[in-house]
Amino acid sequence: MNRKMMKVLAGATALALAAGPALAAPTRGISDGVVKIGVLTDMSGVYSAIGGKGTLVAVEMAVADFGGKVLGKPIQVISADHQNKADIASTKAREWFDTGKVDMVTGLLNSACALAVQKIGAEKRRITMNTGAGSTDLTNKDCTPYGIHYVYDNYALANVAGSEIVRHGGKNWFFITADYAFGHSLEQNTSRFVKKLGGKVVGSVRHPLTTADFSSYLMQAQGSGAKIIGLANAGGDFTNAVKQAKEFGITQKGQQVAGMLVFDSDVKSLGLNTAQGMLYASGFYWDRDKASRDWSKRFKAKYGAMPTMDQAGAYSATMNYLKAVKAAGTDDPDAVMAKLRSMNISDFFAVHGKIRADGRMVHDMYLMEVKKPSESRGEWDIAKIIRTVPGDQAFMPLSESSCSQVRK
Amino acid sequence: MNRYIWLILFALGLAAPFAVYPVFLMKLLCFGLFACTFNLLLGYAGLLSFGHAAFFGGAAYVTGYLVKNSGLTPELGVLAGTLCAGILGFVFGSLAIRRQGIYFAMITLALAQIVYFVALKAPFTGGEDGLQDIPRGMLFGVIDLGKVYAVGGKSLELNLYYFVFAVFCLGFWLICRTINSPFGQVLKAIRENEPRAVSLGYRVERFKLMAFVISAALAGTAGATKALVFQLASLTDANWHTSGEVVLMTLLGGLGTILGPLVGAFTVVTLHSELSSAGSWVTVIIGFTFVVCVLLFRRGVVGELARLLKKSL
Amino acid sequence: MEITLQAVLAQVMLGLNNGVFYALLSLGLAVIFGLLNIVNFAHGALYMLGAFVALLGYSYLGPLIGMPDFQMNYWAALVVVPLVVGGLGILLERTLLRRLYKVDHLYGLLLTFGVALIIQGFFTNYFNVSGTPYDAKPEILNGVVNLGFMVFPKYRLWAIVVSLAVCFGTWFVIERTKLGAYLRAGTENPDLVRAFGINVPLMVTLTYGYGVALAAFAGVVAAPIYSVSPVMGAEMIIVVFAVVVIGGMGSIMGAIVSGLLLGMVEGLTKVVYPPASGTVIFLIMVLVLLVKPAGLFGREN
Repeated sequence: MNRKMMKVLAGATALALAAGPALAAPTRGISDGVVKIGVLTDMSGVYSAIGGKGTLVAVEMAVADFGGKVLGKPIQVISADHQNKADIASTKAREWFDTGKVDMVTGLLNSACALAVQKIGAEKRRITMNTGAGSTDLTNKDCTPYGIHYVYDNYALANVAGSEIVRHGGKNWFFITADYAFGHSLEQNTSRFVKKLGGKVVGSVRHPLTTADFSSYLMQAQGSGAKIIGLANAGGDFTNAVKQAKEFGITQKGQQVAGMLVFDSDVKSLGLNTAQGMLYASGFYWDRDKASRDWSKRFKAKYGAMPTMDQAGAYSATMNYLKAVKAAGTDDPDAVMAKLRSMNISDFFAVHGKIRADGRMVHDMYLMEVKKPSESRGEWDIAKIIRTVPGDQAFMPLSESSCSQVRK
Repeated sequence: MNRYIWLILFALGLAAPFAVYPVFLMKLLCFGLFACTFNLLLGYAGLLSFGHAAFFGGAAYVTGYLVKNSGLTPELGVLAGTLCAGILGFVFGSLAIRRQGIYFAMITLALAQIVYFVALKAPFTGGEDGLQDIPRGMLFGVIDLGKVYAVGGKSLELNLYYFVFAVFCLGFWLICRTINSPFGQVLKAIRENEPRAVSLGYRVERFKLMAFVISAALAGTAGATKALVFQLASLTDANWHTSGEVVLMTLLGGLGTILGPLVGAFTVVTLHSELSSAGSWVTVIIGFTFVVCVLLFRRGVVGELARLLKKSL
Repeated sequence: MEITLQAVLAQVMLGLNNGVFYALLSLGLAVIFGLLNIVNFAHGALYMLGAFVALLGYSYLGPLIGMPDFQMNYWAALVVVPLVVGGLGILLERTLLRRLYKVDHLYGLLLTFGVALIIQGFFTNYFNVSGTPYDAKPEILNGVVNLGFMVFPKYRLWAIVVSLAVCFGTWFVIERTKLGAYLRAGTENPDLVRAFGINVPLMVTLTYGYGVALAAFAGVVAAPIYSVSPVMGAEMIIVVFAVVVIGGMGSIMGAIVSGLLLGMVEGLTKVVYPPASGTVIFLIMVLVLLVKPAGLFGREN
């Protein structure tokens, strides 16, 4: 290529760079003539039983129940599998926001993916309603004006269940932790409560997400002599670890394996024989009251299993998002967020729900205990609520939040 | 090749963001450059590296970390990533060129695996979360790469696109220069007949090492640029699947042709994005493409085309 | 945390448990490489396939053939699965690999890489990557054995014993029998062996089939321990490559011994410095190549 051509092309490039005005002003009414909801979650991996296709089913149910239209415009649902990889999640979300007309993303199991997508949402001014991930960073140092953390978080889990285990005499802890954002946050939150209540953390070990063989980690935990082996992981990793602890006879030797995050689907896959007596915290249980039972039975008829808190939360989040769009008269994210924050959220899923300035949806949490096989009166009668913890006591107080959205 | 064809391609590159989603285009350019660097090694020096993801991913981490934490401007960030990949390439190369063929491939693979585990475990890489939220920053301290232009109802990140396009053109030009230089001729001579090159007095190992370092450094450029585009450096970039994929891109497009790797990279990336809803059938299709390429047309798309046109492309 | 002898022994034992799988797989790779000069990238996928065929035979075959109660039990799987998957390997060699013997051996690596992607992608569509439990573990292998320094599940002990038996059996056949002598001669000089009236192409086919069968056997033995996942082979294959290189490409004894040793070294690393447990094998590989480029048991030619 000769010099002259180079110069011409360089000029053209400079011209192209100089062109183009700033962004358009926010619109009233429904932008692009459609309200589009994206379900981005783990569809095939270690967490797919917790969320997966069930989350999509729940969101589609919410849209159908709402009537399929809002402010006279159609509501569409699209979905994708982030495969627990932050890069896939962020690429997909970016594409959805840039070219796919997506207004709100929900699901987002896996904290690494959730953090990535929430940031892109803030950059592109789109709402993210997280029902799956646990990291407290979502509403603290990484909080955004458009990010809502809907179902549970690691602080509440540690507060409701972790501290209960310490009170029952579990003073010495060893953690087996999933080595990414979620696991770190869960270990950190639980350690804080263990220490606050006079307990001790004697050690911890980290394993990669999706681990098939926990034996070497369990041996380390056993060698530490800790009373409680805290599993700061979830889904398939959690059930694998519990099964292998049983295989190596660890539980028979007086050590106790405790899950820091347990979903109903995990209890089901472990079976009551293995899981009985386990204490865990949950944001939802299908058999709580009539409303939750009715909805859950409807869900089961469509999906084949009772809902986890993630799946039930995705229905509730979608439904309330659509209500907020209707009330605001627009899908403009700022207006919808303002509406969502001012609403009282009370439905089959959440009791006394309220969205705070840091994006945390505060609602009642439950301390659960897995039933003994003899207590269970049906296939899905797997646990009982031993205590209801009001939202303002279960979640991190707003005064402690390091979120920049909170005015102090 | 005809200078007018280059000109048309260049003009297409300039106009493309107005027609196609720019982020996708930038991904094409990054992987295109990556495949070209790989081709320099396998197509012209006859060295199959099965660890090229280490340079691509490694540079992404270095650039991401420096831009995010030390406030480096993007062009310096990319430069730093390139440099680190080059140094890494020197280490890999020094160890691997002692062996040939399959052994060479296996050694590069193992070394890349070490880089992968460092990325997984080191405190500054963010483990499975990756390095997120990498700022795009101000080019030369003045041009905002994150700026979004509204053109015809679409919001386009044009500054970033033209930066990536410029980096790509520069990298591609360097590779073409290398191939057509006397140095490139010696590489080809080594590939064709190593003992003869030795007997002609060439210090074969030096030439191979040099080719390896150039290839690694430019692969780093591609990875570093990708980190700025997606604002993320992740384990996927350093995984051995990425090393395998770049082999496929090159093979599919045409080994030892200038345009082949680009065609291959564009095809594979498009395949991934078009079929993303088909789940892991994409993997099956890619595997199948691999098998078909190896069995039926080892010259690749561009190679076969060149044979038909009796021209070198 | 302080390091106790008990902890070291426990981790080494678990390392040996992983090591027998490295040994089985690298043995197959070494046998194939010795005769075909092909690095079989599909080896991990075939190991995974072995586990899946066992799982399918146990949980899905019955309803498919109209006998809902039929389940292929574990013992049957140990025999049937290697035969089925080995047969598939023979098919692979006859239809695809055979065409590549005349071109650069690198193409063999690339072809088998493609095959690995096809198998892995196919199963990922239908099965969860976090693993499906294979519950066919026979009653007699349930429970634990107390080894003094740790309680060890009986099944894992059985996995170690049976894998070692197969490894050394294979070694015996290749190094100490007439059949093995032909094989070794075929590796050294195929034309000469052909002159003695031995059907070399058939020998090549059967060797590939046997290597693949070994991988499938490892898959069946591993299934009850790790649960069956489409990515179980992909995680394994790279490590096994390193094991083969360390042992010396094509060396039978090298593959077995380095497989076992490296498994234990990996276990030991988990006690001393856990973050390095994933890298230690690759570091050793680099060191070995610097000092002894042909591998620990390989011969320089």
